[in-house]
Amino acid sequence: MSTTTAGRGSGAATRVVVAGYGPAAHRFVERLGELGFDGAITVLGEEPRPAYDRVALTSYLGGKTAEDLTYPMPEGVTARLGDPVVAVDRAARTVRTASGHAEPYDVLVLATGSRPFVPPVPGRDLPGCHVYRTIEDLDAIRERAGHVTSGVVVGGGLLGLEAADALRGLGLATHVVEVADRLMPRQVDEGGGAVLRRHVEALGLSVHTGAGVERIEAGPDGAVARVVLSGGEVIEAGLVVFSAGVRPRDELARAAGLPVGERGGIVVDEGMRTADPAIYAIGECALAGGTVHGLVGPCRTMAEVAADRVCGGTAGFTGADTSTKLKLLGVDVASFGDIAPEGALDVTYLDPVEGVYHRLFVSDDARTLLGGICVGDARAYQTLRPLVGRELPGSPTELLFGGTGAVAVDLPDDAQVCSCNNVSAGRIRAAIADEGCTDIAAIKGCTRAGTSCGSCVPMLKRLLERSGVQQGKAMCEHFAYSRAELFDIVRVRRITSFSRLIAEYGTGRGCDICKPAVASILASLGNGHILDGEQAALQDTNDHFLANIQKNGTYSVVPRIPGGEITPEKLIVLGEVARDFGLYTKITGAQRIDLLGARVEQLPAIWKRLVDAGFESGHAYGKAVRTVKSCVGSTWCRYGVQDSVGMAIALELRYRGLRAPHKIKAAVSGCARECAEARGKDFGVIATERGWNLYVGGNGGFRPRHADLLASDLSDEELVRTIDRFLMYYIRTADRLQRTSDWLENLEGGLDRLREVIIEDSLGICAELDAQMERHVTGYVDEWRATLEDPEKLRRFVSFINAPDTPDPSITFEIERDQIKPVMIPLETVR
Amino acid sequence: MTVSHLEASHLEASRLEAPELATPPTATATGTAVRGRVRTWTPVCAYTDLLPERGACALVDGHQIAIFRTFDGALYAIGNRDPFSGAYVLSRGIVGTRRGEPTVASPMYKQVFSLVSGVCLDDPEVSVPVYAIRLNDGVVEVGR
Repeated sequence: MSTTTAGRGSGAATRVVVAGYGPAAHRFVERLGELGFDGAITVLGEEPRPAYDRVALTSYLGGKTAEDLTYPMPEGVTARLGDPVVAVDRAARTVRTASGHAEPYDVLVLATGSRPFVPPVPGRDLPGCHVYRTIEDLDAIRERAGHVTSGVVVGGGLLGLEAADALRGLGLATHVVEVADRLMPRQVDEGGGAVLRRHVEALGLSVHTGAGVERIEAGPDGAVARVVLSGGEVIEAGLVVFSAGVRPRDELARAAGLPVGERGGIVVDEGMRTADPAIYAIGECALAGGTVHGLVGPCRTMAEVAADRVCGGTAGFTGADTSTKLKLLGVDVASFGDIAPEGALDVTYLDPVEGVYHRLFVSDDARTLLGGICVGDARAYQTLRPLVGRELPGSPTELLFGGTGAVAVDLPDDAQVCSCNNVSAGRIRAAIADEGCTDIAAIKGCTRAGTSCGSCVPMLKRLLERSGVQQGKAMCEHFAYSRAELFDIVRVRRITSFSRLIAEYGTGRGCDICKPAVASILASLGNGHILDGEQAALQDTNDHFLANIQKNGTYSVVPRIPGGEITPEKLIVLGEVARDFGLYTKITGAQRIDLLGARVEQLPAIWKRLVDAGFESGHAYGKAVRTVKSCVGSTWCRYGVQDSVGMAIALELRYRGLRAPHKIKAAVSGCARECAEARGKDFGVIATERGWNLYVGGNGGFRPRHADLLASDLSDEELVRTIDRFLMYYIRTADRLQRTSDWLENLEGGLDRLREVIIEDSLGICAELDAQMERHVTGYVDEWRATLEDPEKLRRFVSFINAPDTPDPSITFEIERDQIKPVMIPLETVR
Repeated sequence: MTVSHLEASHLEASRLEAPELATPPTATATGTAVRGRVRTWTPVCAYTDLLPERGACALVDGHQIAIFRTFDGALYAIGNRDPFSGAYVLSRGIVGTRRGEPTVASPMYKQVFSLVSGVCLDDPEVSVPVYAIRLNDGVVEVGR
């Protein structure tokens, strides 16, 4: 440990300069901020943009923007982008950039990353040859892909398959060339590689293993036309992507006389410091413990260690868990621990029909788990990875197939459950036992486990179950079923009344929890007006009076203004109605106008005026689709690329009145500037040059969440069909009062699973979902109009049953800013 | 009037007079069966004006009284004012049962009140008044 460095690092005047601005550099400066570092931080980056999430690079081709992937710039950091460091003067403690700028430093951190390795084959520099590392690379690949029909990816490792997936997504016939005898040779063995290969080929990709590229030949236009393999095979292709590994970018260090490894990489100690105590190296350019690390996890850890050292700490980097679990081309691939240990016993399971391959390595006494590989089904990974190096709690076969619950209970306290946030099983048990966490949300809040990638959520669930916490699915004392189960019962048994449902499947006569939930289920399945017959008694007061109750017992009225578009005539009607009934008016957050302060007996008269003027119910009172907000879009806006208002109106009219487990908000933005704030909605649509991107599961309110990209560049028809299914699947399976954001986060398998179900139709239910939505669309009626036309229903709209014309004397108002405001009688102490 | 007194009179009223079935009975006046000091019975509506498992509010001598017809046809009456919000809204709550006891949940903050005793089952130190109610020849009457 260098006291010199620590002393300098903790001094207030320290100038830290970072060469390179990728994910490791970003984590480093972010961590400095977290540690309260108060010196000057300067970042000198080569790329023209701040650091972004390279792991998610492929999603850029799927419709995400560079901004989506970009990390927020930490406060207090000075960045010079597009101007890389080209020389280090260690004596003067100054770096020089390409533009000639000189930057003095007290501490220099080299985070220059790596460069893709391009094998020295003839033709490698032809137009049409690319690498796969930066957003600019992807822009170039997309541009080239528009002119060709097939592409070759050189390299069948993790990144190569990702690139292949990207080419496939761009509509190219795709070939993968791998020198080794199998795909992903670092992560899987021969057996796993064979299973993986079958999955990949089933997707229409051509795999060429055990083959190198002999040369790349140009066509008449001088660009790539064909790739000749070492065996003589010729692939006609106009695009080549090299993805054959990376090499550390250590040239700055070399030129400055710092030691580098034989095969590259800047040599650092466990504090990430180079031979010069004032210079650190982190990320893919560093050689730590004799290894260059390319996974984001270890690179982040290195950054954290270096930040700690700069601030005077003693953290050390002692190697990293290289376990991986990913879904590539829709195939689960996982490996953990040692995957080729010497003298180990192994248990192999192969199901060529299902395309599943498992291999576990155990110590020669068959007691300790050493490592393993899963292809095609990686569900056991969560349980197995924390057990590496530990005594097996069951036989290997049981571990793979015996139900993971049995294992979870035996996870030792120090086993890591959430690797993103480094949370152990013991910490989670303590949160359950001592801090009173009884559900996943509480555990997430307490421990941060499950808040990043979410892959450990099933494990959290099991730990909860095994801790004896009753994860009660019962909705209330009247039904021992969850909402989703009740939905299926009602749907499958074609039950149309609460009385029949509770007689056959429940006890008692319901309550304020189950009754509105069942009312919503009956409404979602199209059982007529929500105030018809017995259904009227199930509704919450808002639904019962088709208006929103306010604190003084009055109601607010919100007419539908689809997409927020309204004519001057209609605006005038709203003003006149508010004036004539003495209502308070306010513009809502959903581009509508709220009329507040109406007494029950005024509601029908207000609706009559509104309905006559062409308005209808806005369903602001219902757990239902509310609005589809929009920006003005391409019709007016000089930046707009699609007609967002037209689409918002079409969507709002399609889904209006659709009852759901909770309210549903939506928005459509006409371009990537996103003025409609669509990513804060349950479903958000953002226009692209080629169609629409669909985001789902966003939320504002109490727990804000950005929506996730579900599908890109959809046509109008594709967009509507996908939203239809998303909504209906949510309505079928969500819990009571569970917004789409929470539903999606808790959906086992997450976004991938959602895609499988509603896009790939893996459950074969899409036709049903479509039909259900069709019934909703054709069966829609305006609830206000229907009520006005039914004298029986109208009779309920009185303050007093024995004095229908008497207004409620307890409701009084005073004037504030020229409008009414409720006067509340002060509450006596109630207890 | 004390709450316990009202409770007793109400229990009598509902048990003795409420019909067993949801169909409106051709009941006759049984007001004599009510013990206690009900001074006046005020007719408020026809029995059939009340929806099963839904409340309505009656204005009796300036008092707002929430009246309910439960699924089994019984009648209940409690004060309409929600003590937690101060708003006169209990008649607009959802009617149900808790462990067999008929209840209404305030539409404001959802506290559940016993229709029998007026006690808030979520916070038993809080209660609302209970009134006598009976059926007299198809007419619902509230006693004070």
